[in-house]
Amino acid sequence: MKATSFLTSLLFLLSLNTAQGAPGWKALTNDEVHDPTSPAIGILQEPATALALLPSDTSGNRVSWIRALRERYIQPRTNIYPETEIKVLDMDIIMELTGEMPLVRFPHKPHTEWLDCDNCHDKIFIEKVGANPVNMFAILAGEYCGRCHGAVAFPLTECNRCHSVDRATFTGQPGAQPEKKVSELIN
Amino acid sequence: MGKDGYIQRKKSIRCRQFIFYLTLLAGFSSFNVLAEYGDVVLNRNAELNDMRPVVFPHWFHRIRFRCKVCHHELGFEMRAGSNDINMGDIIDGKFCGMCHNGETAWSVDNCDLCHSGKPGLKTGIHGSNETSGPGRW
Repeated sequence: MKATSFLTSLLFLLSLNTAQGAPGWKALTNDEVHDPTSPAIGILQEPATALALLPSDTSGNRVSWIRALRERYIQPRTNIYPETEIKVLDMDIIMELTGEMPLVRFPHKPHTEWLDCDNCHDKIFIEKVGANPVNMFAILAGEYCGRCHGAVAFPLTECNRCHSVDRATFTGQPGAQPEKKVSELIN
Repeated sequence: MGKDGYIQRKKSIRCRQFIFYLTLLAGFSSFNVLAEYGDVVLNRNAELNDMRPVVFPHWFHRIRFRCKVCHHELGFEMRAGSNDINMGDIIDGKFCGMCHNGETAWSVDNCDLCHSGKPGLKTGIHGSNETSGPGRW
């Protein structure tokens, strides 16, 4: 018991450290992308300055961008041209060809809150259930979901966030689920 | 179950608990090294014209604009390196130039603020699955 209680307290201390947002984000001078001698250093905003204020996540860039949007930590613009139609769809797709893994639930809502339909349809996904030969190899190579996930959305190591529906207890029909009314458009 | 069996089982539970906490610890300590920014480096034209590569930080822009603004309204393809952007377009108000015009955001005469990348970097997305995830090794 001594070992575990020691580890628990150590974990607690560590989580305190991370909750204070200490060295989670690399500075621009050592992010291996920016030139440390560039005159932009010191003018450009440091990631930690902005990201530490947003709700945290355990992976990727440590920001829960969905919560940031829904809880109005940020209010990013939906459009520049006034005539652009803002489309949000609340409809889930259940994908069943997942081998031994739990079924995949793809929620349109959080995706359309950020993206327009034509970002994915039909360039990345044909707009028809069963028409897309999605598989993890292609995703890991940056196709389908992998176009964003792992790059600008939560990474592919978060298996259970997509494989989230238990096969044994799922009683509905796979594929497109009934569309729900979008109760609130997040602006 | 005899007493020995009981003690042995208790020991193995303790062992498993130890491994569990150790794994958690490993996960927590990785917090400090794995921040992924999804920065896009654009170097199709930059270094050919004696400028540093451009760094486009997704994290900064998505705080202010949803993906759909640039990827739907402004016509940026959703694959790093597939947008052939040159300064002429930007000065004409296309792509970055829609906002980087001195009104919404800094104007094109602040060359170094965008052209701030390390020399020699290739066009592509950096600080993401290509560097720390299971994606393209």
